[in-house]
Amino acid sequence: MMIYTKTYVAPEINKREIMRYAGVKTPTEEIVALMSEAVEEASSTLTYKVCYGEFPVTISEGMVDFGFARVRSSDLSKNLAGCEKVILFAATVGVGMDRLIARYGVRSPSRALMLQAFGAERIEALCDSFTEDIASSLYAGYTLMPRFSPGYGDLPLEFQSEIFRVLDCPKKIGLSLNESLLMSPTKSVTAIIGIKSE
Amino acid sequence: MLIKEYLKDNIIYLDGGMGTLLQKQELMPGELPERWNITHPEKITAIHKSYYDAGSNVVSTNTFGANLLKFSHDELEKIISASVANARRAAEESIGKQEKWVALDIGPSGRMLAPYGDFDFEDAVALFAETVKIGVKYGVDLILIETMNDSYETKAALLAARENSTLPVFVSNAYSDDGKLMTGASPAAMVALLEGMGADAIGVNCSLGPKALSGVVREYLECASVPVLLKPNAGLPRVIDGNTVYDVLPDEFAEEVASLISEGVRVVGGCCGTTPEYISALTEKTSGIKPADITEKDFTIVSSYTHAVTFGEIPTLIGERINPTGKKRFKEALRAADMNYILNEGLTQQEKGAQILDVNVGLPEINEKKMLTDAVCALQAIIDLPLQIDTSDTDAMEAALRRYNGKAMINSVNGKAESMESVFPLAKKYGGVVVALTLDENGIPTTAEGRVEIARRILDEAEKYGIKKKDIIFDPLAMTVSADKNAARETLRAVRMIKEELGCHTSLGVSNVSFGLPGRDMINGTFFALAMENGLSAAIMNPYSAEMMKAYRTYCALSGLDDNCAGYIDFASSVQTVTAAAPEKTGTSAEEFGSELQKAIIKGLLDRAAQITAEMIESHEPLSVVQNEIIPALDTVGVGFENKTVYLPQLLMSAEAAKAAFEQIKAKMQSGSAADKCHFVIATVKGDIHDIGKNIVKLILENYGFRVTDLGRDVSPETVAETVVRLHAPIVGLSALMTTTVPAMEETIGLLRESAPWCKIIVGGAVLTQEYADQIGADMYARDAMAAVRYAEQINREIFS
Repeated sequence: MMIYTKTYVAPEINKREIMRYAGVKTPTEEIVALMSEAVEEASSTLTYKVCYGEFPVTISEGMVDFGFARVRSSDLSKNLAGCEKVILFAATVGVGMDRLIARYGVRSPSRALMLQAFGAERIEALCDSFTEDIASSLYAGYTLMPRFSPGYGDLPLEFQSEIFRVLDCPKKIGLSLNESLLMSPTKSVTAIIGIKSE
Repeated sequence: MLIKEYLKDNIIYLDGGMGTLLQKQELMPGELPERWNITHPEKITAIHKSYYDAGSNVVSTNTFGANLLKFSHDELEKIISASVANARRAAEESIGKQEKWVALDIGPSGRMLAPYGDFDFEDAVALFAETVKIGVKYGVDLILIETMNDSYETKAALLAARENSTLPVFVSNAYSDDGKLMTGASPAAMVALLEGMGADAIGVNCSLGPKALSGVVREYLECASVPVLLKPNAGLPRVIDGNTVYDVLPDEFAEEVASLISEGVRVVGGCCGTTPEYISALTEKTSGIKPADITEKDFTIVSSYTHAVTFGEIPTLIGERINPTGKKRFKEALRAADMNYILNEGLTQQEKGAQILDVNVGLPEINEKKMLTDAVCALQAIIDLPLQIDTSDTDAMEAALRRYNGKAMINSVNGKAESMESVFPLAKKYGGVVVALTLDENGIPTTAEGRVEIARRILDEAEKYGIKKKDIIFDPLAMTVSADKNAARETLRAVRMIKEELGCHTSLGVSNVSFGLPGRDMINGTFFALAMENGLSAAIMNPYSAEMMKAYRTYCALSGLDDNCAGYIDFASSVQTVTAAAPEKTGTSAEEFGSELQKAIIKGLLDRAAQITAEMIESHEPLSVVQNEIIPALDTVGVGFENKTVYLPQLLMSAEAAKAAFEQIKAKMQSGSAADKCHFVIATVKGDIHDIGKNIVKLILENYGFRVTDLGRDVSPETVAETVVRLHAPIVGLSALMTTTVPAMEETIGLLRESAPWCKIIVGGAVLTQEYADQIGADMYARDAMAAVRYAEQINREIFS
């Protein structure tokens, strides 16, 4: 099973999303300035890396079998119903954002909060870029199911360890899992995408 | 023949990919390849043999992930001993006639080191040490640390290799396509770190093909004084007709590597996607090339975890502010272990233009070893400047150097035998550029000649330890001119003589020169300019001082060191803005000030809030400003937040503006703290590294006058309990963001109930709910910062009523 890595160019920034993550409905002038500064400072420190691989999947009675590991989850079973294979991927925008957030945790919590929101927007945008990329290249003509991550519904967070093992995330994209199953860098996502031939 | 001998006159060929070949042999996804040493020894041996047959001098054992995180000690020993046996047998059976060695292969642990992961540096050292010890026991010839994508973990592995073997160590890092390690280090920074610690060959592997790595390789060749290693992938993998193939084929690979050999690379092999065919092509293609000489590079370099700073014509600014000498607030911060104070000093100096930060946290009544190590770790978590470890306590120096993520400056050694005996071994082991003071048992010579004489002796002694001249920077000591009118002149002469006669760099603690004189800044600035004109390479100075920065910027502009005067123009316009902005505020009446200050705080205008406060307290009682302006403004925002008309970022910006106003008031009141309410201990619980929520609550609490002790993140239950007991704190706030760390919160609460039954416990964080809080036995669930403040105020009232 081959694991690929890919680096993307910075996806377009969606300011409305950043505000949503910051919990702001109608931004004031000062909040807009705060966001612009955060975006400007952080943008150059971000990297957009993804590692991924294709795996077969079989589902029976709530048990999802990927070949390298099995997991019981009725929600994931529903999500993957009718799929014969999946893409497993891990994505990260890198440790630079964590450093900036820590730095502003000392210096300016408001800036840290805005960076946090920007990081959330960035990693989601990276996942979208990746999904669009494979949908239009590798899997043109297939149907891609919505992304499903450990911790969603009844898919246990512990499944994270299996994904890390098989994707070799530390080596491929510098992403590691700590003992509490937190990912470092924190602005990272792992997910399963079901592939249906139609 | 010993490999180090052979390396002097020959190119060394390593092997190619192992994983790629194992996958072809049906290693299953997720299966641990190291086990194959035991379960499929014939297959592993055959792969090694095919590399020796192809001309590899060095084959790496199949132990990339062989460590105690993945295997028990028993199994680890079996795996490593089998792996060495497999490689040895392959060497015996090979038809190749070349010299052959076996390298113990060490890859990354797969865990991220603290502070951005949860793996402690010393635990990482211990992990690698175990693998090294077993490898040594079973007789490997060298150690190859490879594919490391984090500088700190690389340091841990190299340290483990050095401390547990005398074998040659080759170190290879995996660079991203931006030419940096995943955690940010540049090639120059890695060269500084690894050479400083005595790696025998250093270089690059994995990630990309040879051509794509050539930029990084050339940076190594420019900076490194040791042999450079290159072990690239066979390009990038592509899927063609359902098969995965790498896009650089053996001949092209050999050609591209050959061209880098002719540029100076001395150790070559292949990584992912390369096979014995690639190594054959490579040895055939390059066997006739005469290896390039390895030249000693004469750069004086220190590094952080991101970049290197090279001493040269443009003087380097070393910020001196992290030092308690003569600073009352700094001393208080040290006694209270208030790391944020130190971090803010570091950040401000960086903003003002410091390129290196001196770190001195020595106070008689504190544990300097612990404080210095903690300060270095905290600083390097958020500031990317190289640090200068400043202490006379060699235990503290060693502990800090060990944990430092880069090649540090070491401040200092001097000409006394005792000083050199204790400092030079540390510089040799951990790497570093040592600041050497030109004094000895007889004190400081009054003449420049006397100081140069001591410098010569220090150089001779350093050489005995294997420390190179380029790694010593002399400080010929700025003496006070008010005590001896020739003091400055002799120091300046010494600066010039050390540069011209010894070919060494110099550094000065500039401000000593003006001791005892009025208007010290003026003398300092001019002395600094003169010292630079005499060839000074670095200054330990106050970057907040306008006179010093003026001297620096104008000197650079006038000496042809500032292209288009860009640095000067930037500086001058920033100075002018400050001067121009000031008069605008004068003439405003006290009442207007008041409403203006409230407005500034409500809008979150930090600089403006500070400025208005500073002007107000010239004519007003500071406490009345707090009561009549700051508190009402904070309340307006707080109530707005509770009513959902103010958003969290606004609440924080206002809080920061209020804090800036408080800073002005504190400075005026000359007392350490304006806090008048009870102690509040706050922490993110063990296992959790999220601290934004915690920092928010802390900031707001501080503004409301609570004496907040912030224990940081990933804090053990024991540390929380100890602190609460020591301060007899009536309230503690615990934060957790993950469901997986809520048990740690419960455990902390349990321990607090036993050891500090008086203490009220507030919990908060994304995953918590009232129900959850009740279940784990907290007194209060705070859904946001204001809720925590209101509850804390209630407790505070009960205490003081």
